[in-house]
Amino acid sequence: MAVRERLSGNEAVAYAIKQVNPDVMPAFPITPSTEIPQYVANYIANGEIDTEFIHVESEHSAMSATIGASAAGARAITATSSCGMALMWEELYVAASNRLPIVLALVNRALSGPININADHSDSMGARDSGWIQIYAESNQEVYDNFIQAFPIAEDKRVHLPVMVCQDGFITSHGVENILLVEDDKVKRFVGAYEPEHYLLNETERMALGPYAVSNYYMETKRAQREAMINAREVILETASRFEEMTGRKYGFFEEYQMEDAEYAVVIIGSAAGTCKAAIEEIRATTGKKVGLIKIRVFRPFPEEEIAKALSKVKAVAILDRSEMFAATSGPLGAEVRAAMYQAHSTAEVVNYFYGLGGRDITVSDFKSVYDNLETIARTHVVTGMYEYIGLRSTQSEEV
Amino acid sequence: MEKTTYNFKEVMSKSERLAPGHRMCAGCGGTITVRAVLRALEEGDRAVIGNATGCLEVSSFMYPYTAYEDSYIHNAFENAGATLSGVETAYHVLKKKGKIKENFKFITFGGDGGTYDIGFQSLSGAMERGHDMVYVCYDNGAYMNTGTQRSSATPQYADTTTTPAGSVSAGKVQVRKDLAAIMAEHHIPYVGQSTFTSNFKDLYTKAQKAIYTPGAAFLNVMSPCPRGWGYEPSEMMNICKLAVETCYWPMFEVIEGKWILNYEPKNKLPIEEFLKPQRRFKHLFQKENEQLIGKFQEEINRRWEELKNRCSL
Repeated sequence: MAVRERLSGNEAVAYAIKQVNPDVMPAFPITPSTEIPQYVANYIANGEIDTEFIHVESEHSAMSATIGASAAGARAITATSSCGMALMWEELYVAASNRLPIVLALVNRALSGPININADHSDSMGARDSGWIQIYAESNQEVYDNFIQAFPIAEDKRVHLPVMVCQDGFITSHGVENILLVEDDKVKRFVGAYEPEHYLLNETERMALGPYAVSNYYMETKRAQREAMINAREVILETASRFEEMTGRKYGFFEEYQMEDAEYAVVIIGSAAGTCKAAIEEIRATTGKKVGLIKIRVFRPFPEEEIAKALSKVKAVAILDRSEMFAATSGPLGAEVRAAMYQAHSTAEVVNYFYGLGGRDITVSDFKSVYDNLETIARTHVVTGMYEYIGLRSTQSEEV
Repeated sequence: MEKTTYNFKEVMSKSERLAPGHRMCAGCGGTITVRAVLRALEEGDRAVIGNATGCLEVSSFMYPYTAYEDSYIHNAFENAGATLSGVETAYHVLKKKGKIKENFKFITFGGDGGTYDIGFQSLSGAMERGHDMVYVCYDNGAYMNTGTQRSSATPQYADTTTTPAGSVSAGKVQVRKDLAAIMAEHHIPYVGQSTFTSNFKDLYTKAQKAIYTPGAAFLNVMSPCPRGWGYEPSEMMNICKLAVETCYWPMFEVIEGKWILNYEPKNKLPIEEFLKPQRRFKHLFQKENEQLIGKFQEEINRRWEELKNRCSL
């Protein structure tokens, strides 16, 4: 029987770490992910797990030591947020190109400056080209479930890539929700023992890692990483299906909510999907308008064809980005979803919104305005604001 | 573990753990340091070798060839300390879990760029945490891999590509950072400073102590660079001798906090003897710069006295 608990997102991740019992965890504190290493340190202090904690002096060293431990043959994890991930940036690429199955618990937080400790996706979106698999969550339950699934995905021989398990800072990391925990023995069986093929401490072979590769060799390593990312698609789905057998909870590349007959769709990542669902229920109940939602779970690899297919019947789409990329046009999700729709010869109207930067709230009524706007655009085929901000304080306002 | 007698012939006939065929320059001090340190490993003992980005790394592990007989990891420029601390920690966990039976030693190499400067924080963290590893700095006194830019290990007045001697410049303005002393202040069990001597006994015994003393150890090895310093490769051993005899490069160790001076020249040579054969100090011998040699000598004297005080001499 699954265990019913009330946990914050950070507690849920820490609990999953306890169940997985990884070999090594180097970590450096940063709000809002700090609690994760704290909980793990407590498990270690009370002899509940065998994990060795490395008290590194920075996030750069956290990822460096995680890479060292993983290369040595250990199951290695870390946790961070925001500027911590930015400091790891160089090492994210090294981890991916070395094909190390590291799992990183990322608690999404806005990047400086100005310094801000609240949720947005600028940290993970900034690392979207680093070669890591990225899995996002709406709720604490999803963070927990994603974290457990991350290990078999990362460690699969067809993949061998690091995985970033993302959740929204404070919103899920600190918000307490009801959650169903999987029994310890089931988690252990699901994740399995870590048996790497090649590693530094292998007594039967020696290995050298991290070469200087000249132009004659470099490009093939990138192509091999691409191959692994392509393979990750099927492994993510296989793992989700195994997880469903174990728990009954269903996962894919994204969740389609009220999309069967939807004419107007929102595409979003993370916790704000919950607010959007509430708006959908209200709109459908009061007006009967056919509104729906696509909530992206897997952003890397990007499920291009599947998203285009899911949006193939809608009249208008609003893509909501929780980070800027300062192209002076779209955000990262906006650009990629529109590219997917173009490839599928979609004729739907598309708008791209920025919302929730630095933890700015987004409400049910904000989503209602978005759906209203989509309906107008679909009717008039006139898009006045292709790239709009939601909930922005007026620049003309005298109020502070 | 330290052998009571040092047999030069025996030590030099130990099998090499850095294979020939790497692409370091002829007469490079870096590879001599690597070979000398790895020679101190007991034959049959296994090791994982770490390496910061630098000349050594790009020349000894060019895909698909490695010059290392042992397992090896290069990660990046500034994180050799942190990377090897991850490897060492993994070793302890896997050993505890019974997944590994054999004993491994952990030795990482970095140039002065990767050690004194960009990798300083990572090194400090690894030493402070007390991982059972040795960090070896092959100190050639500048960023040689990118073409002789100054580092905090570059001696004062040296002509480098970012501190060029010119009509209004006498080379590097600042004096050298004393990294071995800073490492000793981490209160780790073993710190040693060495360079090449005619029989390599000093470096061999220090490497042996560093490797086989449990806990974190740091070795600072002056490793001359013929291209960066400007001398004929055949002159290297002489340059090292002059560095020691002028007290420019003191040979000392710090064992459990106790400072020990390993060599005191009978007749301390004037610093000119060390400076003169090197192109990087050529400008100091022009008439208008002569007083700078005096200043260089004063700094040498000051540091030598400071070291002797630390060694209670």
